[in-house]
Amino acid sequence: MNKIKSLEDLRKMKQNLEHGMNIREKSNEPESLVQIRVAMATCGIASGARTVMNTLVEKIEKEKIPAVVTQGGCMGYCYAEPTIEVKVPGKDPVVFGYVDTAKAIEIVEKYIVNGELLDGIIPTNYKTINDKN
Amino acid sequence: MNDLSLHIIDIIQNSLSAGAGRIIVTVDENLSEDLLTIIIEDNGKGMSGEIVRKLEDPFYTTRTTRKVGMGIPLYKQSALQSGGGLTIDSRVGEGTTVKAWFVHSNIDRPPLGDVANSFVLMVSANPDVHFVFKYVYNHNQYVFDSLEVAEVLGDISLSDVRVIKMVEEMIKENIKELKEG
Repeated sequence: MNKIKSLEDLRKMKQNLEHGMNIREKSNEPESLVQIRVAMATCGIASGARTVMNTLVEKIEKEKIPAVVTQGGCMGYCYAEPTIEVKVPGKDPVVFGYVDTAKAIEIVEKYIVNGELLDGIIPTNYKTINDKN
Repeated sequence: MNDLSLHIIDIIQNSLSAGAGRIIVTVDENLSEDLLTIIIEDNGKGMSGEIVRKLEDPFYTTRTTRKVGMGIPLYKQSALQSGGGLTIDSRVGEGTTVKAWFVHSNIDRPPLGDVANSFVLMVSANPDVHFVFKYVYNHNQYVFDSLEVAEVLGDISLSDVRVIKMVEEMIKENIKELKEG
């Protein structure tokens, strides 16, 4: 297959996508999608947030999961970077810490798809050292 | 930070935090002048001169979630150690331009890294922001404009995971062509 180079190439590829449209038809309603937010401040980036973001994008594309990957700033969990916040429709958002490639795949397969509880969640009552002062 | 493409993400994140609706990233490799220049311009809320001066202090940050801000100091350090420098031009209410330059052949210059990947991730994570990416190689340039791509994609969002790799491939092919002349 030829590589995509021009906007015209992109237009053709996009038409192929439309023919194969299925689970993504809801993409105009963000509330119905799983939202994964990767913390992308200096601390996150330096500890591998971009690799995690690439892994998540590839995984949700491969598994055809109705999800979007977005980015956020520093949430104050610099010690536990890379961190990601996962918001499954109808559930409270959950923040996972120390997310590497393997953990990202586990979060998609077990937490998002199967709804299983996983280790590595940062509790919402956690206070940063700044809050404690 | 392992490479310059990660610093680009870091500065773009600052622009997003400043509420930018348009971000223009220019990467300019000029081999005849042995210079690599990276310019990131936004139309965010901007900063006063006093705040700009404080930015180089790693213990200055506007955020409340932690007490240090290493983004600009680390980026500047990379530029200075490569025989280059960094300037910040900002006006309140108008936006900010961060320009960093490096001696291209300097052994201490960090590699550029995968700028196409960094850029595509930022575009897909923020489909409502207008991103322009200019890659200049010895005066020849490739320009990517997220509005043009969004128009081609129509009802498929830039954040759709199925298009991310396509857009990345498009940018990479164009950069490759620039470099191969």
